[in-house]
Amino acid sequence: MNKKQKFFAFPYVLWMFIFIVLPIVLVFLYSITTKEVNNIKTINFTLNNYKLFFDPLYIGVTIRSINLALVSTIFCLVLGYPIAYIISKIHSKHRNTVLLLFILPMWMNMLLRTYAWMTILGNNGIINNFLNMLGLPSLRLLYNNSAIIIGMVYNFLPFMVLPIYTALSKMDQHLVEASHDLGADNRTTFLKVILPLSLPGVISGIIMVFMPAVSSFVIPRLLGGNRSLYIGTLIENLFLVTGDWNFGSAVAIMMMLIILVSMSILNRFDVDKEGGGSSLW
Amino acid sequence: MVKRNLHKIYMGLIFVFLYAPILVLVTYSFNDSTSRGTWGGFTLKWYIDLFNDRDIKTALYYTVIVAVLAATIATFIGTISAIGLYNFNKTPKAIMVNINYLPVVNPDIVTGLSLMILYLSTNMRLGFLSMLLSHITFDIPFVILAVMPKLKSLNKHLTEAALDLGATPLYALRKVVIPEIMPGIITGFLIAFTLSIDDFVISFFTTGSGVTNLSIVIYSMARRGVKPTINALSTLMLTVVLILLFLINKRSALVEGQKNNGGH
Amino acid sequence: MKKSILTVTIVIVLLLAFVGCSGENKDSVVLNVLNYGEYIDMDLLDEFENTYDVKINYEIYPTPEDMYTKVKSGATNFDLIISSDYMIERLINEGWVEELDYDNIPNYQYIDEDFKKTAYDPEGKYTVPYFWGTLGILYDTTKVQGTPTSWDLLWDDNYSGQILMMDSQRDSLGAALKKLGYSLNTTNESELEEAKQLLIQQKPLVLAYVVDEVRDMMIGGEAAVALLWSGEAVAAMGENENLAYYVPEEGSNVWVDAMFIPNTTTNKKEAEMFINFLTDKDNTLRNIDYVWYSTVHTEAINEVEEFLFDNPGFNPSDDILDRTEMFRDLGDSLQLYYRIWTEVLAN
Repeated sequence: MNKKQKFFAFPYVLWMFIFIVLPIVLVFLYSITTKEVNNIKTINFTLNNYKLFFDPLYIGVTIRSINLALVSTIFCLVLGYPIAYIISKIHSKHRNTVLLLFILPMWMNMLLRTYAWMTILGNNGIINNFLNMLGLPSLRLLYNNSAIIIGMVYNFLPFMVLPIYTALSKMDQHLVEASHDLGADNRTTFLKVILPLSLPGVISGIIMVFMPAVSSFVIPRLLGGNRSLYIGTLIENLFLVTGDWNFGSAVAIMMMLIILVSMSILNRFDVDKEGGGSSLW
Repeated sequence: MVKRNLHKIYMGLIFVFLYAPILVLVTYSFNDSTSRGTWGGFTLKWYIDLFNDRDIKTALYYTVIVAVLAATIATFIGTISAIGLYNFNKTPKAIMVNINYLPVVNPDIVTGLSLMILYLSTNMRLGFLSMLLSHITFDIPFVILAVMPKLKSLNKHLTEAALDLGATPLYALRKVVIPEIMPGIITGFLIAFTLSIDDFVISFFTTGSGVTNLSIVIYSMARRGVKPTINALSTLMLTVVLILLFLINKRSALVEGQKNNGGH
Repeated sequence: MKKSILTVTIVIVLLLAFVGCSGENKDSVVLNVLNYGEYIDMDLLDEFENTYDVKINYEIYPTPEDMYTKVKSGATNFDLIISSDYMIERLINEGWVEELDYDNIPNYQYIDEDFKKTAYDPEGKYTVPYFWGTLGILYDTTKVQGTPTSWDLLWDDNYSGQILMMDSQRDSLGAALKKLGYSLNTTNESELEEAKQLLIQQKPLVLAYVVDEVRDMMIGGEAAVALLWSGEAVAAMGENENLAYYVPEEGSNVWVDAMFIPNTTTNKKEAEMFINFLTDKDNTLRNIDYVWYSTVHTEAINEVEEFLFDNPGFNPSDDILDRTEMFRDLGDSLQLYYRIWTEVLAN
């Protein structure tokens, strides 16, 4: 911990201001006006866009998206933690290879992989053809919530696994040994030693999965058959199809707020008093 | 022993899950039909077509260049900034970290359009530079997200010990801190690279002048059906990386062997 | 560790140098062209470049809305864009399109007169048509009995769970409006409400609202009935003989994709040369061979392959065309359509 080293961050703080803060201010400006923002003469402030957001139709869309993202995140966590744990236990000679093999699918274009899932899950798809061969009836695997969740988990799993793996990998093994020496069984050791130590990684993982999952656009559209409106598809439509940047910006800002709030709730679980990854509240 | 087998079975299932769609793509790269609805027979023509396809070659070039450059620069800036941010006092740290999260939290379309307007208002011509800057912008937060947990679980005593033993803070940084957080740095790089390779929306709205990438090409083909040449390309890319992995593995096994044999 | 960083850096630099040095000709004119994906025979680009010493920067885009957003931002400098009727109309109305000098496009004489003065370009001053088609229904003859002729097929509960609609508000709302006998461009709220109710009624029968993948899904037998454009239908029928296409008797949409020059161009003459090049009969035939969409070229149509010429999807008769109308840009009324469509999807 070196106070002088905080200057390392200053260039990035400047970068953040130009490339992150300024654009967001722009988005916020759009959300409280009608029409374009660049012509000062025609600026017209309004809160209508936010009022519209609270219409039950759009609240429903928001809740649906959050639910879906939550379920996907939980699945990622449940499936991903064991993966991170197992990989961290592999002999270091092979560890990086396994890690790379794990990430490799992500380097194929997401749209292509989602199309491939449609081929696998479709009524005439690979799984159903296989089931039919065995004499079993077809399952409706595509164009429903299960398909979307499969797609989300498939897409975001590495983002959950990597941070957890990072946290577990250089965990001090002596602590685990000490726990065993003091008489704790495997379960207690896991709950009281390993899990808390890996918590920063878990929280990073949850953030890296939940956030993009909520605003996901391609997966609900392709795998869900677009049968319901989600916040990602809503925003995409508002900005591109209708061209209503004002309302679109309001929805985006509201979504940001919702997520930042849920992050602060999440950080209550951060036992580390340093609060390195915590939010303001 | 049972535990070890259970581990293997679980990982095996996970890998089947991960690679199932990949296998589908690879299979269809040999399909003598442009549709994924039928199998038209085995063919290599898509691989041959690939070498003449100017669209795809340009896209591939820019995709790789931008991903490598953006990920590298982002990892560099991200790691240093994470170290810096870690040393902030509690409140400024929380504010900065929250702002850092914003590109992660925002939908791509919002980030993409707002950056486009930013470039526009500075009269910057859309092209390679604007696309690269955008990629770096959304890569850095993920690097920081990956490195921060490692910093938090850093054993401070090691750094203090190094300082006590006479090391300058910079030396301690290089020789103690960086190696300790290296898994986080590598993770950050991998995540940044993955994101950049796959990005469509932000790239589309912040590029121009003939600069394009694979994602833009693929998404733009979606309406009329993605050419199987793309599947051929994906298969080739996969093969290249697998071969690289195999070679790296062989090499480290050799090095291990030498270490053991040529020892004291 | 240091050695591998060095190797990687050297590889990267070599890569940059190699690819960066290929094909850099500073003297010739550069034409920035924007088109839909998979909508041109790429060999034509190479040929044009070699014949005229012009370099083409070719970019593609997914939907007209993406293109509109980018062009309208003013951040681009395209010389030639190929896009769809209603979007071109909007750009013309907002002043983004250059008037063409048709003297530089002698091949324009071969374009079918019916396509020269259109709803989106009433005086024929701004565009040259490229491909066109209709909106209709593609169905699987192994799954559907008889020979359907009406929009009713999309609402037929015998095919519940096997119907594909489009994730495109104009097209899906258009189908409902036509079934009710109204215009596709109506701004009458009660007519639109009726259409909305019809679509909500249909929802339980719909397998999915798709745009991409319809063709593959119909070829693969995933659904029985789909709302689809004629060009895609023709392509699907080429891969699966059991499929058939028709334009419903109640009337439907006819669409035209056209070439235009945005006012951000710096190479208007070369852009017009390229338009003329693409409208040449042989080049048009090569394009048709690749894209398989219906052509506007009066000479080329006589030389297309027989199975295309005989295909009513590719070559609809005049009485089919008489009952179609083009989509018009609705301006601010688009909001109304959007609200209706959102309510359909959200229900």
